[in-house]
Amino acid sequence: MTTTLQPPSVSEPLAPRTRRPTVRQRQVLQPDIEDLDDEVEEQRDTDTPRRIGALRISDVLAIVGAVLASLSLTIIIYSFLAPVGGVLGFFVTAYVLFLASYAILVSLDESMPTVRDRVVLIFVHSLAITVFVTLVFIVLFATFRGLEALPHWNFFTQDMSLAGPLDPLSDGGIIHAITGTLIQIGIALVITIPLGLTTAVFLNEIPGPFSRFVRTIVEAMTALPSIVAGLFIYATFILILGIGKSGFAASLAISVMMLPIMIRASDVVLRLVPSTLKEASLGLGANNWHTMWHVTLPTARSGLVTAIILATARGIGETSPVLLTSGFTAAFNGDPFHGPMVSLPLAIFQFVKSPEPSMIARGFGTAAVLMLLVITLFVIARVIGGQTVAKREKARDRRKRMVSDAKFFAVWVGQRTVRLARSAKVTAVEGTKLVRQQIAGRTGATGSTATPTTTAATRRAAVESERRKARAAYERAEIRAAGSAPKSRGSKRTLTFEEYLERYPTATQAKATPPSDITPEAAADPAPRPVRRKKPESGDS
Amino acid sequence: MTLEAPRKLVLISDRGDIIYRTVARSGGIIVLAIMTAIGVFLALRAGQAIGKAGFSFVWTQAWEPDANHFGISAVLIGTLIIALVAIVIAVPLSLGTALYISEYAPRKLQRTLISLVDLMAAIPSVVFGLWGFFSLQGNIIDVAKWISKTFGWIPIFAVDGFNADDPLSSDTVFTASSFVAGIVVALMITPIMTSIMREVFSQAPVGEREGALGLGATKWGMIRSVVLPYGVGGIIGGTMLGLGRALGETIAVYMIISPVFAIQPHILQSGASSISSLIALKYGEATAFGMSALMAAGLTLFFVTLVVNFGASAIVARSRSGQSS
Repeated sequence: MTTTLQPPSVSEPLAPRTRRPTVRQRQVLQPDIEDLDDEVEEQRDTDTPRRIGALRISDVLAIVGAVLASLSLTIIIYSFLAPVGGVLGFFVTAYVLFLASYAILVSLDESMPTVRDRVVLIFVHSLAITVFVTLVFIVLFATFRGLEALPHWNFFTQDMSLAGPLDPLSDGGIIHAITGTLIQIGIALVITIPLGLTTAVFLNEIPGPFSRFVRTIVEAMTALPSIVAGLFIYATFILILGIGKSGFAASLAISVMMLPIMIRASDVVLRLVPSTLKEASLGLGANNWHTMWHVTLPTARSGLVTAIILATARGIGETSPVLLTSGFTAAFNGDPFHGPMVSLPLAIFQFVKSPEPSMIARGFGTAAVLMLLVITLFVIARVIGGQTVAKREKARDRRKRMVSDAKFFAVWVGQRTVRLARSAKVTAVEGTKLVRQQIAGRTGATGSTATPTTTAATRRAAVESERRKARAAYERAEIRAAGSAPKSRGSKRTLTFEEYLERYPTATQAKATPPSDITPEAAADPAPRPVRRKKPESGDS
Repeated sequence: MTLEAPRKLVLISDRGDIIYRTVARSGGIIVLAIMTAIGVFLALRAGQAIGKAGFSFVWTQAWEPDANHFGISAVLIGTLIIALVAIVIAVPLSLGTALYISEYAPRKLQRTLISLVDLMAAIPSVVFGLWGFFSLQGNIIDVAKWISKTFGWIPIFAVDGFNADDPLSSDTVFTASSFVAGIVVALMITPIMTSIMREVFSQAPVGEREGALGLGATKWGMIRSVVLPYGVGGIIGGTMLGLGRALGETIAVYMIISPVFAIQPHILQSGASSISSLIALKYGEATAFGMSALMAAGLTLFFVTLVVNFGASAIVARSRSGQSS
């Protein structure tokens, strides 16, 4: 005890400073560096807190031993004694035996509370694993059984009006159910979003006994059995108003189901809006409405979107209210007010009622589509809901930084390229000059002996035409440069034709000279950086 | 003017505020009206059937409304049996999962698991029904058979028409039972129960946790003495909420059970009933009077879930963990 406590308490403030070498010291003391590192390492060992909850070899051995013991025992039971039967039974027996033998093994060298702790640890882990594995299995089961129907493209483009139960999967599809779901959920959202958000705002912003009562009612409504919601719409709209089973009635039933979910979720979100924000707004003289509209709602926006999407995900999967109110049809129906309209869950329900394998495959395919829809909505909700104001700001900062970094990089690359291109051009120009001089020298030598007037005239004509071409090229380039010149370069001096010619004697050859060529100073530093702007100008002139 | 008297504050609402308050309040009133309308319209519609059947509605088991011989007792008890089976299975599962997520899971995994649980709560019930009917039913028969053989002397596990010694006896007596439906419903309500319990467990005060650990408690000792007592309101509330869900579950139960209209206390035996699946089964062929009888059944379900739910919120609100929320 004392030995472990001594070093940190005494040497902690001094030791690291004196012993740990700086980088320069390390470079100087190259041969001794390993010794020093070891010492530093030792020092750190005593400094860091003791690791708790570490796995010891005996723990692992206990688990392995218990697994082996339980498996052997189960196999013996299954071979010689009365079997429970089935794979599931085997696992249950093995698991119970595993727990028992593990408890016995641990109790050999641990106290009773530790044994209980270990057994509970294993038990809780296995319960959680059971739940997650089963739930994931349920989803995957429906998806994989649905894979049979999904590859048929007609599954997404046709309805079932022309396909009978005995038809293969290459006939018929669920387009009527997909559109039905979209129309119904659309109408339900049109009803529930304003009503739900208004109520949530009411519960939060206008407190009082009445809003408390409404909150209790909403909570009770959350557990309203979905079939009762269907019955309610059936009793009112279909029996009393005589509208008949239709997509609209179904969306009303879905709305009744979605409303409490949305209200509760957005209620929680609105409650999280800091009251200091609202007080600041009120203190600045805004009225309640402006505070709500300009402060509360924007602050809670991502959370509200999450609430809406979660309610949508729940509403899409509801079967029983739709069962009572929308009726069933195998044909496409885009009119929510007349005639029955089928939705995805209802289509699944009808498909799997049939004993035909192809219909059951269609049912699973529809289930896969429905789950894909729900999971997509859920993921979107999570992504949006995960964004708090602070996170959004951070992300924006990061984006800004990335953009400016990219800009800087692009500018750097651009400068580099221009510089390289210019140096290449300079060498090329000098090379051509050299060659010209040589040619001129040679022709001059031969011209004096042969027909000097004609050669002089043709040379003059050639120079004249070249000059004209260069003039045209210069003008073209200048116009382009003037057109594309940013305002920062407005004050910049562009070259006169003479200078241009002097700098680019081969301008006629380079017809498509980019505008940057005409004003090399400007092109050399597209970055608006005052420090760098000076250099190339002074260097060039 | 005495100094003690505070200045009187007068709230002057401008027109925008008045409209805003009116609109917001009307939102609340509409929601309240919908909820009231559900009860009122169901009661109005059910009045005809209940008036004709009288008190026999409470104890009659059969469901033949056109012969004026119908009652709620069989289906109500069937609903309760399925819900109880579901709760018995779901409570340990969700308790364990909630404890795992809040206490044992690595920090990095925690957020993912929470999202996964919430996602599972949004999976449509018809998908659970598909799984129960096409996958679970075939695999669970052996377990059901073993339970029946071993614990058959307990009345609820007894199965008529099954003789363990007869190898030729059919397995079909074990399908479409309350037990299978209960398992499916249990898995449907596990995510929502887990999510409520985890929420409460994670709010257990850190000071008390550290106190327990500092006094030398093991992790389980800490959980038992701090987390569970703190979260007991959440456990009960979550369970009640799950029970409410289980009572109202329609499609998954309808897909699995083969309906019987008699009190069927043998949970492992084929044949079960629930109010919601009764409605889903009979609404299509119902006459006007039959519809009224179904409305009466729906009204019963409505009241049962309301009672369960209000009970849940009362318990959660009264417990220590519920006070803050």
